[in-house]
Amino acid sequence: MSVLIYVESNGSEIKKSSHDAVSYGVQVASKLGGTATVIAVGDIPQEQLIALGNFGATSVLNVTGGAFNQSNPSATAAAVIEAAKKVGAKVVVLPKSTLVDSIASKVASQLKAGVVTNVTELPETSSGFQVKRSIFTGKAFATVTINSDIKVITLAKNAYQGTETGGKATVEVLALSLTDSDTKVKTTNVEKMTGELLLTEAEIVVSGGRGFKGPENWGLLLDLAKALGAATGCSKPVSDMDWRPHHEHVGQTGVKVAPNLYIAIGISGAIQHLAGVNSSKCIVVINKDPEAPFFKAADYGIVGDLFEVLPKLTEAAKLLK
Amino acid sequence: MKILVCITHVPDTTSKISFTDNAFNTSGVQFIIGPYDEYALSKAVDLKEQHGGTITVLNVGDAETEPTIRKALAIGADDAIRINAIPKDAGFVAAQIASVAKSESYDLILMGRESIDYNGGLVHGLVADLLSMPCITPIMKLDIDGTLAKMSREIEGGKESVECNLPFVAGCQEPIAEWKIPNMRGIMSARTKALKVVEPISVVDDVVYGSYSLPAPKGACKMIDAANPGELLTLLRNEAKVL
Ligand SMILES: Cc1cc2nc3c(=O)[nH]c(=O)nc-3n(C[C@H](O)[C@H](O)[C@H](O)COP(=O)(O)OP(=O)(O)OC[C@H]3O[C@@H](n4cnc5c(N)ncnc54)[C@H](O)[C@@H]3O)c2cc1C
Repeated sequence: MSVLIYVESNGSEIKKSSHDAVSYGVQVASKLGGTATVIAVGDIPQEQLIALGNFGATSVLNVTGGAFNQSNPSATAAAVIEAAKKVGAKVVVLPKSTLVDSIASKVASQLKAGVVTNVTELPETSSGFQVKRSIFTGKAFATVTINSDIKVITLAKNAYQGTETGGKATVEVLALSLTDSDTKVKTTNVEKMTGELLLTEAEIVVSGGRGFKGPENWGLLLDLAKALGAATGCSKPVSDMDWRPHHEHVGQTGVKVAPNLYIAIGISGAIQHLAGVNSSKCIVVINKDPEAPFFKAADYGIVGDLFEVLPKLTEAAKLLK
Repeated sequence: MKILVCITHVPDTTSKISFTDNAFNTSGVQFIIGPYDEYALSKAVDLKEQHGGTITVLNVGDAETEPTIRKALAIGADDAIRINAIPKDAGFVAAQIASVAKSESYDLILMGRESIDYNGGLVHGLVADLLSMPCITPIMKLDIDGTLAKMSREIEGGKESVECNLPFVAGCQEPIAEWKIPNMRGIMSARTKALKVVEPISVVDDVVYGSYSLPAPKGACKMIDAANPGELLTLLRNEAKVL
């Protein structure tokens, strides 16, 4: 039984979440006794596609040219569908990303497949096909059976860790032309931060709340993030007040993150904020109020004034090697 | 402009999540319009104010969701449809919505980017495909000029401006519109607005929910002296092994 895995690039390299998805898909294929094929969309350097072999992929299909790029989910879905048909895929695996919902839903609808998002573990395949998925924004899990012949699953962030196996994949270009329906939505302008770590992909996230008092103090947080190689996030009031851009807003109504380390500074830990971070592997809270609810969700805590603690912490972090 | 807004009926964001006999424990839980769906509805109200038209609100749910639907009517929807079925999964819900929407020629179908109970994020995309319409999600801004819509869509690490002609389906998130607080007149008129109950179509069970579980409880939080934050880094490296 054939498994197809969709991978995404962040513009310069294939994302970690995609590497995890490749490892996952390869494992699913070996459970089902089938082969795993990767589909990549857009102009991604050949050597990066070959290097997917390091995560167990043996063959990669690449659709390139014109509107076939990741910011066109409809065309991307068309490429995934074409690849799925070509390899006779019974399972299609996609990594979590902002636009993945649009891709997964179209792929599933066109292939008449059952679709489940936010999957956290390898499927159980001894009788039927069951997956565990995160629900209630990380506050619970459900075990779900997919009965359809073809199954589409998207993975939850950082839930499954890829393993490097060594190896090289062969890359084949899949020729495909666009249909009218893939060009109905036109992108007219892109505002994307450059040179910064992607919040949703980062292994360490440093996040700040209203405790910072104003945007002029954000340098303290940025310095720490830089010393730790971390991406930066914030609470909702902080982005509401425009201290930080909206795409940094973490929580129930913002970005959901699941890094290995989440450091929350001057954030009280409202339940809606926690909903966006509760899948993090380790949580550190720095807050001057010992009663701040965030400490209940934390692994490590410092009760103290961030304006005093942060400079010291950043100095110590710079010494880490 | 004829707008359809699809809403979920979900536990309020502060709810304690637990399960009894493998079913979500609703005791003491307050149900609300999904927050993202409320952004969609609020945007629809703004659009109606600017361009005229009608707003129909739709929910797939049993009779218990009617107070939530009435709240949407109080906020500004003109009429409502309840598809009388427990929502089983995204595919099921999308099939129900599409079956109602296909004969209604809506100009715009808005919903939240995802529900906050199952967080599927799929219904808008599935509905769009079933109706052969484009789907744009998650959008944070929407302006309509004639038949052309200009939107801002969130992408990883930023946003992009996109354009599309009506009709289409969109998944909404903040800050697309300010939430509206229903006024007295809205609340009174909501009681008498039409709420049509439609029986569901039958859909193959491609996806079936089985058992539920909760994450393992967190251990106690280890406190570190504020005078010596370097100690934190040592613990993160040697104990938690995350640095
Ligand atoms: C439907 C809904 C959805 C929501 N979605 C989200 C969401 O997605 N994300 C989100 O974040 N919020 C969300 N909220 C808002 C949420 O309820 C809280 O209001 C918000 O998270 C609080 O942000 P905060 O912790 O930065 O601010 P506050 O609650 O004001 O907390 C500031 C904290 O900083 C500490 N502090 C102050 N000064 C210092 C100092 N010098 N040193 C150290 N600590 C200091 C204080 O002790 C306090 O704990 C939502 C609310 C609703 C109703």
